Amino acid sequence: MMFRPNASSGVPIYLQLMEQVKHAIETGALRAGDQLPGIRPLAEEMVINPNTVAKAYRELEHDGVIELRHGAGAFVTGAAREKKLTDRLRAGQTIVAAAVDKLRARGVTEAEIRRLFEAELTRLTAKGEQRG
Amino acid sequence: MADAFVIETADLRKTYDGVEALRGLTLAVPAGSICGFLGRTGAGKTTTIKILLGMARPTSGRATVFGLPVDSPAASVDIRRRTGFVGDDKGLYDAMTVRGMIRHTAAFYPQWSRELEEKYLRRFELGAERGIKTLSRGMRTKLALLLALCRGADLLVLDEPTTGLDPAATEQVLQALVGHAAERGVTVFFSSHQLADVEQIADHVAIIDRGRLAVASGLDDLRQNYRRIQLVFDGDAPAYTFQTRGVERVKRAGRVMTVLSSAGIDGVLGEARQLNPVSTDCAPVTLKDIFLETVAVED
Repeated sequence: MMFRPNASSGVPIYLQLMEQVKHAIETGALRAGDQLPGIRPLAEEMVINPNTVAKAYRELEHDGVIELRHGAGAFVTGAAREKKLTDRLRAGQTIVAAAVDKLRARGVTEAEIRRLFEAELTRLTAKGEQRG
Repeated sequence: MADAFVIETADLRKTYDGVEALRGLTLAVPAGSICGFLGRTGAGKTTTIKILLGMARPTSGRATVFGLPVDSPAASVDIRRRTGFVGDDKGLYDAMTVRGMIRHTAAFYPQWSRELEEKYLRRFELGAERGIKTLSRGMRTKLALLLALCRGADLLVLDEPTTGLDPAATEQVLQALVGHAAERGVTVFFSSHQLADVEQIADHVAIIDRGRLAVASGLDDLRQNYRRIQLVFDGDAPAYTFQTRGVERVKRAGRVMTVLSSAGIDGVLGEARQLNPVSTDCAPVTLKDIFLETVAVED
């Protein structure tokens, strides 16, 4: 596995690590039952803080993506693939939240934001119909 | 380790010949953390470290390591026995060989690990028979680090460990630190002005400025909560004092007001709306930005 965190982006490294594990599962690089590297070897390999790796693993376990077996290590759960949809929605929610924040910051009102989203979706649908 | 904080200071002051090196430093380093100690040259980093290790006496205030008072000579011996220190001069004897220096140091520490000694000798490619006088700066740092790692310390204190090292040697030093911290659960407190090193391996940062604490935070909290908000106005930016929590800095230049917030954007945006800015922009802030914003620039 190739985890490459970007220390100077504004995103906490444990979140980057979580995303990369989830991405590896989505692309099939990691499958149910696969073992993840231990905290110490991974921290050492990536040269990042071991507490950061531990935090990412704890959060991934909380999300049901991996299972921490005491003394044996971290394993990708069987449920990981089914989680794809919820994960995708959650990721989408993050994007939408960021967009809404930005719009609000520019002084666009809630009603206007709703109109913008609807207009955009309508435009997409219209395009689809034209093609089809 | 039962204590939540390995290092604690309260209102620590140190005056050298009328110059105030520390002006009321209050600091807490969580047990098991890798804490980066940042500040400009002359901000008081080395003075703090010297006080913690009993090499300088505070003028006033309180400092403890492992809960022990640093200014008690008996406690200080205990502190130094449990602490691995890599200082600026590295404390190496030029007349000795690498192996001679290692054996000399090992004799003082009953918990010395021969296994780690061999591991780091190999990994750092030190060459046991070389004379210390012939070692490069990077080699000297790696030897000093080996001596600090092998003694079975609960705390590692490093003063600018990567200054003057090439990128490969820097990576080796950082890697040894994270590997050691993961395996032994030691606390690492290292001063640096290499912000990239701190961002890479630290989980806590403390920024000191002119002898006082400017910022202390978990690095993830910092990444999540610090934001820069830029407000542009029709005319000159108004002279306005924000009431919301977490406004660290406000700068005005012509039509533009820039706000550094340590508590996200919502509070500032909510309050800024009543000022009727014509545009608003938010961006995350890097550790470098925070450092530059919080330490005073000489003028």
